[in-house]
Amino acid sequence: MSLWEYANPVKFMALSGRILPWTAALSAICLVVGLIWGFFFTPDDFRQGSTVKIIYLHVPSALMAINVWFMMLVTSLIWIIRRHHVSALAAKAAAPIGVVMTLIALITGAIWGQPMWGTWWVWDPRLTSFLILFLFYLGYIALWSAIEDNDTAADLTSILCLVGSVFAVLSRYAVNFWNQGLHQGASLSLDKEKNVADVFYQPLLVCIAGFVLLFVALMLLRTRTEIRARRTKALLARERMA
Amino acid sequence: MMPDLGKYADAVLSAYAATIVLILLLVLVSVMQSRRAKAALKEIETRRNG
Amino acid sequence: MKALLIRDLRLAMRAGGGFGLGLAFFLIVTVLVPFSVGPDSALLSTIAAGILWLGALLACLLSLDRILALDWEDGTLDLLACAPLPMEGTVSIKALAHWLTTGLPLILAAPLFALLLSLPSAGYIPLILSLLLGTPALSVIGTFGAALTVGIKRGGLLLSLLVLPLYVPTLIFGSEVARRGADGLSYSTPLIMLAGITLGTIALLPFASAAVLRVNIR
Repeated sequence: MSLWEYANPVKFMALSGRILPWTAALSAICLVVGLIWGFFFTPDDFRQGSTVKIIYLHVPSALMAINVWFMMLVTSLIWIIRRHHVSALAAKAAAPIGVVMTLIALITGAIWGQPMWGTWWVWDPRLTSFLILFLFYLGYIALWSAIEDNDTAADLTSILCLVGSVFAVLSRYAVNFWNQGLHQGASLSLDKEKNVADVFYQPLLVCIAGFVLLFVALMLLRTRTEIRARRTKALLARERMA
Repeated sequence: MMPDLGKYADAVLSAYAATIVLILLLVLVSVMQSRRAKAALKEIETRRNG
Repeated sequence: MKALLIRDLRLAMRAGGGFGLGLAFFLIVTVLVPFSVGPDSALLSTIAAGILWLGALLACLLSLDRILALDWEDGTLDLLACAPLPMEGTVSIKALAHWLTTGLPLILAAPLFALLLSLPSAGYIPLILSLLLGTPALSVIGTFGAALTVGIKRGGLLLSLLVLPLYVPTLIFGSEVARRGADGLSYSTPLIMLAGITLGTIALLPFASAAVLRVNIR
């Protein structure tokens, strides 16, 4: 038994069909427990008031926004090197999830920033690099939808994902540099992980688990959709030939 | 039952609302696409076999 | 290689080749800026460096789909693929030709346009330096984008969507050099970073572009 066996679509469908309900249920449980715990049963922060409750949405979604791209990078590499179709389809299936996660991180961040910093948006390095990440996701999805031939699309998008990853990292550091050039040291820090107390930390962990599981469940579901769509297309093509 | 959110109630509630709406939308779209793909495949497979 | 370069340059020079189009676009952007932000020369001189960089970037972007699209349509690209020249070489030459026909004129015209936007006199040399070092990266990255979208009909808009995020680091460091120079600050650090990015993209991106082109020609 090796991981590569699941590059076979039939095996993947069988396994993912069995796992999917469990991950979906677990993710729902984690999200419900974590968010209710966070929303109803944690105290307000003495400095930030009740806005601290946004952390249960903001941090997990931001985490996933980056990790989804990373997962797409890995699956793209697998497609380029070993040419397993399931891998390419998984990357395609993951991209919209990444967009939504990035969007959630940006929106909750803006809503959080408004009362705390007095502004919806600042050109802080972190905020800016998330916006750039968002653009990368959009470009990636647009390229997938623009190309008709499946293998060509998979090849091109995975190369774009590789190049994009390099440039995304580059942009991250460039943006850091650019902002320091303007402000002489960041006056705002989103890095609240350090000063998160246990009361906030435990429900946060549950929420992160919920978001991760949600991603896995959605990814499986969407990859299954892609595989079925691909099979339908192939069967239709065969019918037309006959 | 409802915790006292103080003066930031709008911010917290809108953040939760936006997130829940977005996630629900994503799940709904994914499920719908999955249903459609499944139905299309089933239709064509029964047509071929029967 | 030389023959290909000369051919590309000739085609670009010919009427309808788009030579000078980027330059005219750059001019128009520069002229439009005072209309949109007001004629206050103090304000203009603070934003001049950034505007010039943005204008140069947009002018570059405008001509990207010409790099490969025409050769794709008339089959030249298929012939080039069969030629003894490796695809990486073809792509690099294409990028070089693009830079010579759009990047270089932009650099030469930039001081003139800087005058229009009343750039402080200390800013001219860093502006030229940063454009000189930065625009080759724009051409190389743009060639990658053009190679990605060459098979797509009406891919121009998609091309911009794909290429613009990739331009971010170049733009940041390039305009940082120009801006610091205009403010009379030391600009060697961003200049070195900019050079690093340009050299890195010139060295590595042709491989990606060539791989993408091979997929598209397949």
